[in-house]
Amino acid sequence: MAKLRQCAIYGKGGIGKSTTTQNLVSALAEAGHRVMIVGCDPKADSTRLILHSKAQTTVMHLAAAAGSVEDLELEDVMAVGYGGVKCVESGGPEPGVGCAGRGVITAINFLEEEGAYDEDLDFVFYDVLGDVVCGGFAMPIRENKAQEIYIVCSGEMMAMYAANNICKGIVKYANSGSVRLAGLICNSRNTDREDDLIEALAAKLGTQMIHFVPRDNVVQHAEIRRMTVIEFDPKAKQADEYRELARKVVENKKFIIPVPLEMEELEELLMEFGIMEVEDETIIGKTAAELAAEAAAAVA
Amino acid sequence: MPALTREETEALIAEVLEVYPDKAKKDRAKHLMVNDKTLESSKKCITSNRKSLPGVMTMRGCAYAGSKGVVWGPIKDMISISHGPIGCGQYARAGRRNYYVGTTGVDAFCEINFTSDFQEKDIVFGGDKKLAKLITEIETLFPLNKGISVQSECPVGLIGDDIEAVSKKAAVEIGKPVVPVRCEGFRGVSQSLGHHIANDSVRDWILSNRDGQPFEKTPYDVAILGDYNIGGDAWASRILLEEMGLRVVAQWSGDGTLAEMENTPNVKLNLLHCYRSMNYISRHMEEKYGIPWLEYNFFGPTKIKESLRKIASFFDDKIKEGAERVIEKYTPMMEAVIAKYRPRLEGKKVMLYVGGLRPRHVVGAYEDLGMEVVGTGYEFAHNDDYDRTIKDLGDATLIYDDVTGYEFEQFVEAMKPDLIGSGIKEKYVFHKMGIPFRQLHSWDYSGPYHGVDGFAVFARDMDMTLNNPCWQKLTPPWLEKHEEAEKDAA
Repeated sequence: MAKLRQCAIYGKGGIGKSTTTQNLVSALAEAGHRVMIVGCDPKADSTRLILHSKAQTTVMHLAAAAGSVEDLELEDVMAVGYGGVKCVESGGPEPGVGCAGRGVITAINFLEEEGAYDEDLDFVFYDVLGDVVCGGFAMPIRENKAQEIYIVCSGEMMAMYAANNICKGIVKYANSGSVRLAGLICNSRNTDREDDLIEALAAKLGTQMIHFVPRDNVVQHAEIRRMTVIEFDPKAKQADEYRELARKVVENKKFIIPVPLEMEELEELLMEFGIMEVEDETIIGKTAAELAAEAAAAVA
Repeated sequence: MPALTREETEALIAEVLEVYPDKAKKDRAKHLMVNDKTLESSKKCITSNRKSLPGVMTMRGCAYAGSKGVVWGPIKDMISISHGPIGCGQYARAGRRNYYVGTTGVDAFCEINFTSDFQEKDIVFGGDKKLAKLITEIETLFPLNKGISVQSECPVGLIGDDIEAVSKKAAVEIGKPVVPVRCEGFRGVSQSLGHHIANDSVRDWILSNRDGQPFEKTPYDVAILGDYNIGGDAWASRILLEEMGLRVVAQWSGDGTLAEMENTPNVKLNLLHCYRSMNYISRHMEEKYGIPWLEYNFFGPTKIKESLRKIASFFDDKIKEGAERVIEKYTPMMEAVIAKYRPRLEGKKVMLYVGGLRPRHVVGAYEDLGMEVVGTGYEFAHNDDYDRTIKDLGDATLIYDDVTGYEFEQFVEAMKPDLIGSGIKEKYVFHKMGIPFRQLHSWDYSGPYHGVDGFAVFARDMDMTLNNPCWQKLTPPWLEKHEEAEKDAA
């Protein structure tokens, strides 16, 4: 039996991490792999498409109800959905209270202690909240957790900033552990030359764009029904895209320590692709009067 | 009989600092000085209230300790909730010997540990709901409490619980003051910031509660501030003030009550014993209510007499006469104490290391007994404390701020004092070095040490410690035999 592969999915908030992860996992399951998803986001929306549910009852909510995590059993927190995919949500507080990061730490420790990562599994996917705002959300990439990080991004500026920042976090843990960047997943927003741009970014980071997932309304149609595309419309072209992504993930051998870009470098890249305007340094610190005078002089 | 000359003391400091790496040496050098009585300000010769060096043994506590342990904890009819995990409240419970009159668990609550006992789920989901429930439960179980304070432990600040909102809501529900105190332990460099935060929360949530309400004033109303009634200190102080004709309206906060604190804005004069922990609220009352405040010292006959006259000078002849009457009445008693103990203690050298007040305040009491303080220092004083210290000590006295375990041991080995006055963390180190030791935070299960009654206890305690026959028994039998054998051989 192949060794269990633990993968974490990061990326800017709203980029489509959860949708991409669940479609990818469904494609893996369809191909016969045994997979578990661990949602690491207090919103608990990482498993809804697999389970056809609004939001799975989370480890932390069950723990709060029972008293503490020690009072829980693995079967209390784990649900099985489409394709035999095992689902767990770490859970956490409502926005504005408590410490969501600690919730992730507690939940993942619980899963480890209870032996959730059993020998029957081929893959574990951690679907992590947008930004690595504190140590808690870095939990999945610490020692002995996920070894492969996939970053979901698009050709939008902020998505690329976020991807670069996440790489900085990976470097920190990569140097002391075995976590590696495994590739960028481009979840298309239909921006200009998006594939080229992400490939260029990937090259600069030292990684690969593992797959370009085009934009397709069938994803939304499936999502409204709380299903993945794989399950909702297996014949759809988009389903094949996710199958292709799954195949590439299975065959992926390119695990690297990323080289994050300096801010200037990233901005240059964005300017090169016309996403960012070239800054006019000559106008900095000039008042309206001065600018008017200059304009007048130029005309003269 | 001076312990060391100025040059010798300076040389000692230099020698002790030698062991540190350069950066640490430079930092620690600023915290050590040789006293010079001619100085007006301590600024040029000592640095204080700075972060302790990593890697050294420091005796300091935290902001929570300063707020819950020192200022809020002793208020007997209020309940202080240690909001956070169990340890802070449990290991600080009833450790400070703040005596009070009352029935514990019925109308007095100082010795009980009230805590929200944070579990993992409270960190993740926040502790606000639990706090609200806890306050309701307290109200049901202990209906005679007069108010509640919420003492924040570290996690409360980290996860951003809104204890202010919970407190405001709960105060309306139970109809009593509920005071949120942001004294998370990671704030500041020592317990000192905790005192300040506690003073500020008293100012914001307690002090003006009875403004405008009727209060029968007398011209002789005073409040005792900064006396925590360790072993009954405040009682021994209060008795002198009352005998001279003053009316003590409030004790802050040893054996004190919420009502006393709320009534304090009506007094004529605030009497401040522990300047470090309550100067903030004294200044505030001066500014807002025009109440003057006066630092006094009730350790030892000299300072007691001096303080009584200083206090009386704020009042009319009746009180001035009262002060003289009190002095006259008690002088024979105090002289009897001196007559009994001074011959046994004369010329003995003392080294002190205490919190924020006693390193200077107890000096007079030792001097009354013929003893000399040859070294002293504070855990968490600020420079205004050192300004006051310079005048109270002899020239060339060694002064150490936030002394490290290593420095203190080295100083003691070099200066060979006959007695050390410090805290529980230092005690057994020096016992093992064979040096008599008294705890000057808790009075070693004894007290009071304030006032006339306190001086008798103080003198007795110093004598029974210093002249205890046990100190002659420290040579182990095998060494004794060796000496005898040598004698025999001779």
